[in-house]
Amino acid sequence: MNDILTALLLVFGSLFCFVAALGMLRLPDTVIRMHAATKAGTLGAGLILIAESFFYAELGITLRALAAITFLLLTAPVAAHLIGRAAYYSGIRLWHKTWIDQLKDRYPAGDPPEESEP
Amino acid sequence: MPADTSLVEIASRFALVVLLISIALALVRLIKGPDAADRIVALDLISMLIIGFLATESIYAGETSFLDVAIGYALIAFLGTVALARFLMRSTQLTSKNMNKIEDKTTNNE
Repeated sequence: MNDILTALLLVFGSLFCFVAALGMLRLPDTVIRMHAATKAGTLGAGLILIAESFFYAELGITLRALAAITFLLLTAPVAAHLIGRAAYYSGIRLWHKTWIDQLKDRYPAGDPPEESEP
Repeated sequence: MPADTSLVEIASRFALVVLLISIALALVRLIKGPDAADRIVALDLISMLIIGFLATESIYAGETSFLDVAIGYALIAFLGTVALARFLMRSTQLTSKNMNKIEDKTTNNE
């Protein structure tokens, strides 16, 4: 039972990772690409880590896998937010079919707001 | 392939191959990405894929210590991504020194 579950989770996790990489290659725009990388990549890595906790079925491994998943779920949105902010201010060109850009009037691309020095 | 290969071994081998192909696809984007932001996103995805690869390798080789490597790599990869994003942000701030435009924007916001 555990073997079947491990195999299924491994296959699905790796396929989600493959979808993330394919989206990385094929999608038209930095921000849209970030969508694929962050969500599908996190889901794939999380599924593989769950597969590992099913495979070993020990408390220590499961706790470590859960810690890794929690860390991934905490850090992936933060990293994506930082990259998206930096990408928008560095003046990337959005896809030509993008028709909602709520930051356009506030911060035209290439003009970052003044940031207080830490 | 020997006859006594278990289901998990086949699945983990498949997952290793698929993850390697994914890393190669992300590397293509890393090389040809038209912007610096594209390259940072590709690096972020590659680090995520390497975490999955390490976990799969831990199942395939039966070595639990690869999981600790995956956790440590996740920590370092997050720091690297944050540092690269901050670097991109800082470099765009240094290159665009048109302060009066920013003042115009603050008045336009009213």
